[in-house]
Amino acid sequence: MAGKPGSKETSINTASTRRGASNQSVTFREKTDSYFQNHQSVAKDSVQRLWIHPVASLLTLAVIAIALALPSGFYLLLKNAQVVTQNWDGRAQISLFLSDKVDEKQGMELGNTLRKHKDILKTEFISKEQALKEFEDVSGLKNVMSGLSENPLPSVIIVYPKSSEPDFLNILQGQLAKESGVDLAQLDSQWVQRLYSILKLGQRIVGALAIGLVLAVLLVIVNTIGLAIENRKEEIIITKLVGATDSFVRRPFLYTGILYGFGGGMLALFIINGFLIWLNSPVNELAHLYNARFSLSGLGFVNSFGLLIIAALLGLLGAWMAVGRHLREIEPH
Amino acid sequence: MIRFEQVSKRYSNGHDALKQVSFHLQSGEMSFLTGHSGAGKSTLLKLIMLIEKASQGQVVFNQQNLANFNRRNVALYRRCIGMVYQNHQLLFDRTVYDNVALPLIIAGYNERDLGRRVRAALDKVGLLSKEKLNPVSLSGGEQQRVGIARAVVNKPALLLADEPTGNLDPDLSAEIMDIFEQFSQVGVAVMIATHDLALISRYDHRLLVLENGQLVKDSGAENV
Repeated sequence: MAGKPGSKETSINTASTRRGASNQSVTFREKTDSYFQNHQSVAKDSVQRLWIHPVASLLTLAVIAIALALPSGFYLLLKNAQVVTQNWDGRAQISLFLSDKVDEKQGMELGNTLRKHKDILKTEFISKEQALKEFEDVSGLKNVMSGLSENPLPSVIIVYPKSSEPDFLNILQGQLAKESGVDLAQLDSQWVQRLYSILKLGQRIVGALAIGLVLAVLLVIVNTIGLAIENRKEEIIITKLVGATDSFVRRPFLYTGILYGFGGGMLALFIINGFLIWLNSPVNELAHLYNARFSLSGLGFVNSFGLLIIAALLGLLGAWMAVGRHLREIEPH
Repeated sequence: MIRFEQVSKRYSNGHDALKQVSFHLQSGEMSFLTGHSGAGKSTLLKLIMLIEKASQGQVVFNQQNLANFNRRNVALYRRCIGMVYQNHQLLFDRTVYDNVALPLIIAGYNERDLGRRVRAALDKVGLLSKEKLNPVSLSGGEQQRVGIARAVVNKPALLLADEPTGNLDPDLSAEIMDIFEQFSQVGVAVMIATHDLALISRYDHRLLVLENGQLVKDSGAENV
């Protein structure tokens, strides 16, 4: 009689129905083999489908690639900027300009005393005469300087603090300014600290940008796969009529999604690396002008691989969302 | 095999397509389903295919109530049924061979068995030489036969046909009926929905007649 009421998981009783028909039952091994065969052919098919409309496919890939390349590229620039500032950060120093009343001997003594301060790594005393000589050498204004009746430059003690943490430096600067004989204590690393804050802000902005653009990638894929599903509506209905399960119907679209994600990721890597090559020579020139040895670092293998994986997963997720939305609506009628 | 128990179907627009229909089709039994257009033939086939669900009563397949099936069970159940559609329902983006192979790919056959079965089915309907063609290039009758090959390729327990001879000349119709009879002889239950009274009169099979959704005649009821 009727199936047990409430037993939702009734297995279909095919054994007795196959009576008479010279039927070979499909073994488990054959099933798994053909399962992988199906995956293979579906994967191949989804690649071929991209070639059917190459321009449309390429445009979609380009949109995905740009959306992935933008945050990745900004991330790279930030990373490189951080490398630059880290190099400068270590050189935070406080210049103490001494008053005219302090002579050379007193200045050196003050420098030696300060060296014993717990927060100070070392000090360097530059006398008025040394300062003048250095200034003449660097500026090339020797004749102008020798025309002056007296040396206008003060003696300077350069203090190298043990840390370059902003709060620490500010406190130390305040203490040193109160030392007798010190006219002015100037923190030379202020602009580096500012740059550092700007970079921190930049990181936040890149983070927000990345989230926004990742969502954009997801939406592009959801939309593209949604259109693909609409285009293959007839086929879905027919396969359902001959007994396709949801996972069978879903499979080709998931592969297409992964393909879009992965392809977009590859294209994004090309864009980023092309950008780096384009920037490399002017950056080297700039670094040379500052007498610095610096070259742009790229994404590297791990980050590139990570980008591809994330892109492919985004494709899969987007396809899954699209399929979930459309699949139940498309039923035979 | 398949049993209708007091089955009624009312569509959401209020139309009563089937009223209190009961019959039992046995394994190996061959039957015609007829009636004027709008009598409920299509609805009856849709209820068997689980495209629609009964509003009242039960449709039972091998002791299992179709109303209890979840989505996965519906898919597995449809693999036991071969259906020939009036509008063929073929895919025009692939060859005849691939169309016929579709149910086997879905059921998970390996390529070796698949090729053998597809060619056997195409041979039965006389289209073996056209396996590499696109169905678009075939005549209406040939497309119909591709649909039949696809319906039988998975050796279904129940074969349904909606106007299977509609596009065929009498000779071809007879050939197709031969194929259906062969299947019924090996235990497949066959139900053919048709307007073609001449065709029905030529054979001595069970006849179910629908009128305004009611089963008004069942020539096989006495035998059960």
